[in-house]
Amino acid sequence: MDASPIITLIAVVKHFGRFAALRGVSAEFASGRLYTILGDNGAGKTTLLRVLAGLAHPTSGGVSILGTTELRSVCQELGYMAHPSLLYDEMSGMENLRYFGHLYGIKDDSRCAANMTAVGLDAALTRPVAQYSQGMRQRLSLARALLNDPKLLLLDEPFSNVDGGSAREMVTLLCRMRSAGKTIFVVTHQTYLLEGVADEFVRMKAGQITNRTRELRPVETR
Amino acid sequence: MKMKRIFPILALLTAVLLSFALYEALVAAPTEQTMGNVQRIFYYHVPSAWTAFLLFFINFVCSIQYLVRPNPVADKVTNWTVIAIGIATCIVAFVIRPLPEAMEPSSVATTGLAITGLYFLIKKYFSQSRTDALAVVSAEVGVVFCTVVLVTGPLWARPVWGIWWTWDVRLTSTLVLWLIYISYLMLRRFSTSGQTPVLAAVLAIFGALDVPLVYFSIWIFRTQHPQPVIGGGGSIDPRMLHVLLINWLAFLCFAALVCWSRYRLEILQRDVEETQALEALLEPRSSR
Amino acid sequence: MNKSSGVAYRVPSGVTGATLAKDLRLEWRSKDALNSMLFFSLLVVVVFSFSFDPNAEESRQIAGGLVWVAFLFAAVVALNQTWARELRNHVLDAYRVSPAPANSLFLAKALGNFIFVAVLEILMTPLFIMFYKLRPLGPAWQLIPVAALGTWALVVNGTFFAAISLRTRSREIMLPLLLFPVSIPALLAMVNATTAILTGQLSARFWIVLLTTYDVVFTIACLLLFELVLNAE
Repeated sequence: MDASPIITLIAVVKHFGRFAALRGVSAEFASGRLYTILGDNGAGKTTLLRVLAGLAHPTSGGVSILGTTELRSVCQELGYMAHPSLLYDEMSGMENLRYFGHLYGIKDDSRCAANMTAVGLDAALTRPVAQYSQGMRQRLSLARALLNDPKLLLLDEPFSNVDGGSAREMVTLLCRMRSAGKTIFVVTHQTYLLEGVADEFVRMKAGQITNRTRELRPVETR
Repeated sequence: MKMKRIFPILALLTAVLLSFALYEALVAAPTEQTMGNVQRIFYYHVPSAWTAFLLFFINFVCSIQYLVRPNPVADKVTNWTVIAIGIATCIVAFVIRPLPEAMEPSSVATTGLAITGLYFLIKKYFSQSRTDALAVVSAEVGVVFCTVVLVTGPLWARPVWGIWWTWDVRLTSTLVLWLIYISYLMLRRFSTSGQTPVLAAVLAIFGALDVPLVYFSIWIFRTQHPQPVIGGGGSIDPRMLHVLLINWLAFLCFAALVCWSRYRLEILQRDVEETQALEALLEPRSSR
Repeated sequence: MNKSSGVAYRVPSGVTGATLAKDLRLEWRSKDALNSMLFFSLLVVVVFSFSFDPNAEESRQIAGGLVWVAFLFAAVVALNQTWARELRNHVLDAYRVSPAPANSLFLAKALGNFIFVAVLEILMTPLFIMFYKLRPLGPAWQLIPVAALGTWALVVNGTFFAAISLRTRSREIMLPLLLFPVSIPALLAMVNATTAILTGQLSARFWIVLLTTYDVVFTIACLLLFELVLNAE
């Protein structure tokens, strides 16, 4: 495991009008770990992920990822899974992945198919994503985020509406990826899934990181 | 505060100047032979038009600066382009002289240099975020003056031309300019983006690119509008020109005063918003 | 304009083509844009023809304006659709986190809209000829460059302003408010060129030159400024 931080945040503030979504977040995150971000609705978890993904520009403060503050230059190394699926409902799973592959310069179908299999979906499935179950859609969304083999994975609620069995499969996949040296951020309410798996639990409240622990304390399990 | 003391004095001076200009326009200026007293509306129409165009131009300059200044390369390129425009107009005016007979080379050169000067003046005295405030203000006040132009124009045209409106080049381009700035203000009002200034500045640049095209597209129709007063025909009575210039000065002072107070208001509003945002940052907050 | 200096990432190639193919495929499956555009302009043709009932000479005079106004309004329908598709499920975010350049997206969208509006024009032209008894007296082949340049003028700015209006409340209404004032010179040129060709009295050359200038100026402006618009959250 690399000791130097892969992500450094210095007093990051993000306002939406008068609402402060992030209120001075300073933190360092080491590479090759699985972080779980916990917190109530509106604590700023999603905004934090969007800032890391380069989708939201901080009002003030600095973000550095893989040693650069120019986030656009590391987008190749970044996988982002949002709460909405980020998929075209009218196209099939493979068609979706093929298109998003093009955005990363990936042009071979075998890689897209391998990604679908990795998340437990059948690459031969021809029905459009609109007819997928919510759980399948989440898995395809994860496959999309993994497409470019990123060093840094940002996952926003990957397990919501996914049944217990599939969620555990997804967790196993994430563990495998961590062993491969990837850094993973998971925002989730289903913390029990990651108990004993995540390296660190990061708690957020009212736009700030309140504490970081190795263990999920029993009080917080549901 | 500085503004509190100076503002009433300036307001008083402007009021005096405006009333003097009104007296000059309605009483002192000679009556035009063919048009009669209707012609006196010209002392409002033309200064309003000049003021509106100046304000729209300031808006354009501010929009460009708002977009290019965060980027050092683009900033440098724009600086040199503006300098080149200033030099090029001088060269065109004095050396190449492709101008129509009536146009004075010196007035063309002055315009070119004024553009360059204005650009760097704004750059010197306004920070990048302040250029956006200035852009809002100049667009709003510009629309007001442009409305005056579009209202006084037909009032004059009806008795003189016998029609309210014609699709003449100046009328049309002024109307299009007005429409563009209305849509600019609408965009600012309706935007939900956190970066409204960027979107608005982009739209302002599109508008500025559009105006010359509108102008050229109607240019080929013969224009009905009287030739420009300065640098155009040059057949105006010197006494009339005198009154016109006094009126323009008064209008400019008035516009500057309105802009200034509106600008202060805009800055104060932004300060308040920033303070509220800061307060939200500091005070302990329970999650939504 | 927010290009960073010395960016290390590899810019993927073929994004424009892939995005265009994707848009055409989505449109082929849903046919949202084309159907509503077709029906809309059909209504315009029928209603106007019915209420004016012009003879051949009159319709030569008014058809240019009518055709282009019908296409302009129909194009707005398609333009609103293009970006609405990207907003569903926030797919636009997936594009923004990828290394694909912003201008590829813009070009693909503009080309896609060009194709939609062109298809509409090809389908509607016979109807116009039929209802308005049109027979051009000038060089009819010139209508093709006029139509191509005019359509590009509408869709290039339309695509751009539709992207701006994404960031506003009531965006479907905002698009025409932003687009129409800026489109006035292009519209004027299209209408006058078409009328000139139909009546055969004047040359359409000036208007074609003006349209070309308009297209070049605004295509460059769009390509320079689109990245700013795309990244304005």
